[in-house]
Amino acid sequence: MTSTTLSERDSAAVAAESRARRRRALEAPVLGVAGVLLVTLLVELVPRLGIVDARFLPPASTIFGALFGVLGDASFWGALGNTLITWFIGLSVAMVLGVGLGMLIGSFPTVREFTSSTIEFLRPIPSVALIPLVVLLLGTQRPSTLVLVIYAAFWQVLVQVLYGVADVDPVARDTARSYHFRFFSEGYWVVWPTALPYVVTGFRLAATVALILTLTGELIIGTPGLGQQIAVAQSSGAVPLMYALIVVAGILGVLVNVVARFIEAKALFWHPSIRKEGTL
Amino acid sequence: MSAPTTSPAPGSVGAQVDGAAARTKKDRPLVRRVVMAAALPVILILAWWLLSAGSTNPFFPSLATIVASFPATWGEGRLMTDLVPSVVRLVLGYLLALVVGIALGMAIGSSRRLRLLAEPPLEFFRAIPAPVMVPVLMLFFGIYDTMKIIVIATGCLWPILLNTVEGVRGVDSLLLDTARVYRLRPSTRLFGVLLRGASPQIAAGARQALSIGIILMVISEMFAANNGLGFSIVQFQRSFAIPEMWTGIIVLGLLGVALSLVFRFVEHRVLAWYNGLRRATRGGN
Repeated sequence: MTSTTLSERDSAAVAAESRARRRRALEAPVLGVAGVLLVTLLVELVPRLGIVDARFLPPASTIFGALFGVLGDASFWGALGNTLITWFIGLSVAMVLGVGLGMLIGSFPTVREFTSSTIEFLRPIPSVALIPLVVLLLGTQRPSTLVLVIYAAFWQVLVQVLYGVADVDPVARDTARSYHFRFFSEGYWVVWPTALPYVVTGFRLAATVALILTLTGELIIGTPGLGQQIAVAQSSGAVPLMYALIVVAGILGVLVNVVARFIEAKALFWHPSIRKEGTL
Repeated sequence: MSAPTTSPAPGSVGAQVDGAAARTKKDRPLVRRVVMAAALPVILILAWWLLSAGSTNPFFPSLATIVASFPATWGEGRLMTDLVPSVVRLVLGYLLALVVGIALGMAIGSSRRLRLLAEPPLEFFRAIPAPVMVPVLMLFFGIYDTMKIIVIATGCLWPILLNTVEGVRGVDSLLLDTARVYRLRPSTRLFGVLLRGASPQIAAGARQALSIGIILMVISEMFAANNGLGFSIVQFQRSFAIPEMWTGIIVLGLLGVALSLVFRFVEHRVLAWYNGLRRATRGGN
């Protein structure tokens, strides 16, 4: 019958299509791994072939050797711990300050208008400008780097929260007002859900910026941590070790991104932008 | 959405807030807007001036002292010998990153295979906090201008590159097919359709890159330099020239603000079509 042949043809087409889709799904991880291997191979070959001086860029195998060597070193783990602690404290303080002040300022249009020029002015001031000041005031310990981290991360959060609070649907706000919501219930039930996606974006940006400033402080000021180890490796001419530590810094950066995206998905599981990704 | 009608709101606080929200910015008189914008900065500067007056703390000299040391510090040629080299290096590095980032990003974004191949390594390089690359680039390029420009360029490259890739991916495929069907010249397709379509996203990357660029400008000069803003303020700090150090911090802050204003102006010009389009599609005013 024609109908059976049609359905047979259909099923054949479906099978072919699903095979193609499977191949496409496989293509991404395979090509991704290939890309990483390619770069590693390049870093191995370029110094070995003498295209770049091996004193400046050691072959990948040497870098990985140094990396494995440093993994058994207690001082490395201490430095890594220090970096993570500074990053975490700085990010937490910036989040609390940014969300708190942002919700407060954003809730009153007059206050928002009153402060906007000051915020616009203070935000682009590079936090590294404060380095000499914090060195004089706080010395070369963790608090110095913390000030830089908090200053830089705070603005990322604050600005996003302000955008978020401004985005509240006026109808929802007016409805809450008509029903005599109290100030804090309105904040919790109306403003917070609207602002949350912005808060999470601010968190993601702040997490990256906080890591950059943590390592900068350690590198330039010399507060204990991974950045300081890199500076020491550089000044003592331990080039493979320096590269190994930079690889660790990169892995740290990737992990921060992954964790931030994970938290974003968890906090916004109800939000259309995340839901859409899930169903596709 | 239409503005809520002026029904008498219940609470007195609610009524005030409502009234302020109902009026749009345009309705407000200019004088009020200027006063609102200027009030807090003036208050803060006055507070700084009054609180620091007669300060005996060596680290917090009075604002009067700082202002008084401005002409002697920056008037006699330091603007030319320190500010200008810093800014020139920043601009060169930033432009280099823009050109390379957009070109590479458009190539990677246009090919699915290439994108899948390149994305994981790029994500890794992007995740390396840019300042730790300073010691590496010092090995290759020494401690002079080349190193600083390359440091700024490599730091600014990643946000621009990855945002360009995303932007090119996000260009409406119907638009690209239409352009092909109408046999637009390849150069028109490239610049008029692909680059144009990706430009809002590229601008977002360029904005991120600018703040990273300023950080790297300062850091590269703090590492090793004989001129530049970062070099000067560290030099002031080490010689305990505290009021001069404060002037350096203020100049650096002003530079950050000025650059962000320039960026916003250029962005507004370049993306005028996009902002207009968004306003039109939202159907609002």
